[in-house]
Amino acid sequence: MYKNVLQSIDNIEIWPVISFVIFFIFFLCLLLWVFTADSKFIDRMKMLPMEDSSPEKEKSNCKQ
Amino acid sequence: MEVEKFSYDNKIVKAFMIATVVFGLVGMLVGLTAALQLVYPLFNFDLQYSTFGRIRPLHTNAIIFAFVGNAMFAGVYYSMQRLLKTRMFSDGLSWLHFWGWQLIILAAAITLPLGLTTSKEYAELEWPIDIAITIIWVVFGWNMIGTIIKRRERHMYVAIWFYIATFVTVAVLHLVNSVEMPVTLFKSYSAYAGVQDALVQWWYGHNAVAFFLTTPFLGIMYYYLPKAANRPVYSYKLSIIHFWSLIFIYIWAGPHHLLYSALPDWAQSLGVVFSIMLIAPSWGGMLNGLMTLRGAWDRVREDPVLKFMVVAITAYGMATLEGPLLSLKNVNAIAHFTDWIVAHVHVGGLGWNGFLIFAILYWMTPRMWNTTLYSTKLANVHFWLGTLGIIFYALPMYVSGVVQSLMWKEFNAEGFLVYKNFLETTVQILPLHGLRATGGALYLTGAIIMTYNLIKTANSGSFIADEAAEAAPLAKDFVQHSGGWHNRLLEHKPVLFTVLALVAILIGGIVEIVPTFLIKSNVPTISSVKPYSPLELHGRDIYIREGCVNCHTQMVRPFRSETERYGEYSKAGEYVYDHPFLWGSKRTGPDLHRTNGKYSNTWHFNHMLAPDAVSTGSIMPAYPWLFEQSIDKGDTRGKISALRKAGVPYESGYEDEANGDLEKQANEIAASLKADGVEVSADAEIIALIAYLQRLGKDIKGEKTSQLQ
Repeated sequence: MYKNVLQSIDNIEIWPVISFVIFFIFFLCLLLWVFTADSKFIDRMKMLPMEDSSPEKEKSNCKQ
Repeated sequence: MEVEKFSYDNKIVKAFMIATVVFGLVGMLVGLTAALQLVYPLFNFDLQYSTFGRIRPLHTNAIIFAFVGNAMFAGVYYSMQRLLKTRMFSDGLSWLHFWGWQLIILAAAITLPLGLTTSKEYAELEWPIDIAITIIWVVFGWNMIGTIIKRRERHMYVAIWFYIATFVTVAVLHLVNSVEMPVTLFKSYSAYAGVQDALVQWWYGHNAVAFFLTTPFLGIMYYYLPKAANRPVYSYKLSIIHFWSLIFIYIWAGPHHLLYSALPDWAQSLGVVFSIMLIAPSWGGMLNGLMTLRGAWDRVREDPVLKFMVVAITAYGMATLEGPLLSLKNVNAIAHFTDWIVAHVHVGGLGWNGFLIFAILYWMTPRMWNTTLYSTKLANVHFWLGTLGIIFYALPMYVSGVVQSLMWKEFNAEGFLVYKNFLETTVQILPLHGLRATGGALYLTGAIIMTYNLIKTANSGSFIADEAAEAAPLAKDFVQHSGGWHNRLLEHKPVLFTVLALVAILIGGIVEIVPTFLIKSNVPTISSVKPYSPLELHGRDIYIREGCVNCHTQMVRPFRSETERYGEYSKAGEYVYDHPFLWGSKRTGPDLHRTNGKYSNTWHFNHMLAPDAVSTGSIMPAYPWLFEQSIDKGDTRGKISALRKAGVPYESGYEDEANGDLEKQANEIAASLKADGVEVSADAEIIALIAYLQRLGKDIKGEKTSQLQ
């Protein structure tokens, strides 16, 4: 069956190459993006979920 | 800049939370019933609406779409408003979404016990409900994108990315997998057949797990965990990598559900490779979650919310390591079709989804009702009951899976199967199934305690329907100062972001699925394989209605232990007229793909009437109604023409002759039964089912004979 499939798809050898190229570029861009990101910006993003809770509003999850 | 006053809509969150708890309890109770049915067939209640084949899809749908789905919406509606510093885009859309979704659940709860099912796992609902799901999903997405557009916070936190990916991908999956040819209002045939249908279904099934049960809950984790731990996420950069690599890789891994099946080899290998690669982003995410708690572990001891979260994240880690391992062909050869998979799914379901849901319910309730949790002690009791429940569920299932699989494969010195009778292997694992039910009962008990605790908490406070908040609006003439071009490009344009997420998931889907669609010779044709006769077609639809596929596979894998037991292994070409495919994913009973000629018509007749009397110790339910109900010949015409539209080569005009052929074949079977002293009407449904069962594997025998000649 494997041979059947390989023979019947035209230019089958291009599929893995395309997959690899897409992958390589995708992850290269991703890493480039992440590692060149401004650290102040990253810190700011990190704190986003914490912003909507002011200290007096923030209760402990359980009774003390 | 002037600060705007507005309010967060807690009412919609409350509604989704109540639905979560109610459907959680119902779904778990149905699951417990199904577990008991596998030990004591008596729990099938001898009713056609409550047999395992119909109860099991009810359980999976209730848990996935009602319990986890409603919890997802509660979590998303709560966190999204706060992360974007705005109320939801439209209250009207929010409520349309809520009630629409509950109606869909109601429709599922009615149609599934009635046997109205497409039989495709987690996509069982029939076409009108599929359309309703599409509409309501669009309402959800519209509301979500609208909220993002009117936000007061310029940057989109990573949780929002996960929500967007969820919306986009589930939409694509649902649309592609639900293409079907309607026959009547509640009956349709999948537009795909055999191998294609299997590939599309498991591309859907796998990614439903990814994008319905995982990505929204990762978003929820990235919001609620920092809130509960009161510290920001360990690494925001890691969360960015986690997001993009997860959504990019996940979509390719679907074929690992079909290893050693008749699926082309290249597709199987593709699935394996990407499954292994998935370990990296999954574990990156898990570690990011656990590391967020660094320096706060002392609080884990005191705070039930954090306890639930730690176990949830750990279960996520375990399940996402186990998944890739299960997709290795040698591990899969043992685990597939056994209880091992059931254990794997429940570590994810009970551990990851369940515990994370419990955590956010315990976290949100006191805050939304402006009070404290009624009883931390009860929450701790819930935690331990739940944890024990998971252990009592998973461990027996692992043991049972491995034991049964090894029994299936055991040969004696003479080279014969030691357990030739499949039933022996079933009877062996029944005590383990009993233990599993105990685990489920413990887990359900914990959930009941939680319900009590949450109601008491809500009663002790006063509900804040509209939580006041204030924030500055987005400046129109905003100038980017930090973050660089990439962040500006991606995060500030939600629509562009959505499109990019769509592209990321489409690439995998296209590479995986397009070749099987375009290349006809991917599925070698076997000349002796012919379309089903009208009677067999009716029988097949009864097989689908009764949910036989939940316990019986139609896929003999190319192993000696299987060819010895069942006969020749299954070929892709045998399924070309199977709309939908019925390969199955679990062997509670034996494979049926080579049933032809194995037993007499009379044996099938007696077996369906009283399985235990024919095979002592069988846990299969009896199907007495098949002997009383008549085949609905009025549907024959519609069935034939719908299948022809889907590509089955019935001659034009065959609709007019179909019932004639049907009656002829039915009379032959009735006559053969009569010869054995069994009187039954030729119109009875059992006749059609026998015809279908006797057809399974018949064509391939014809192929052999023609080769010999």
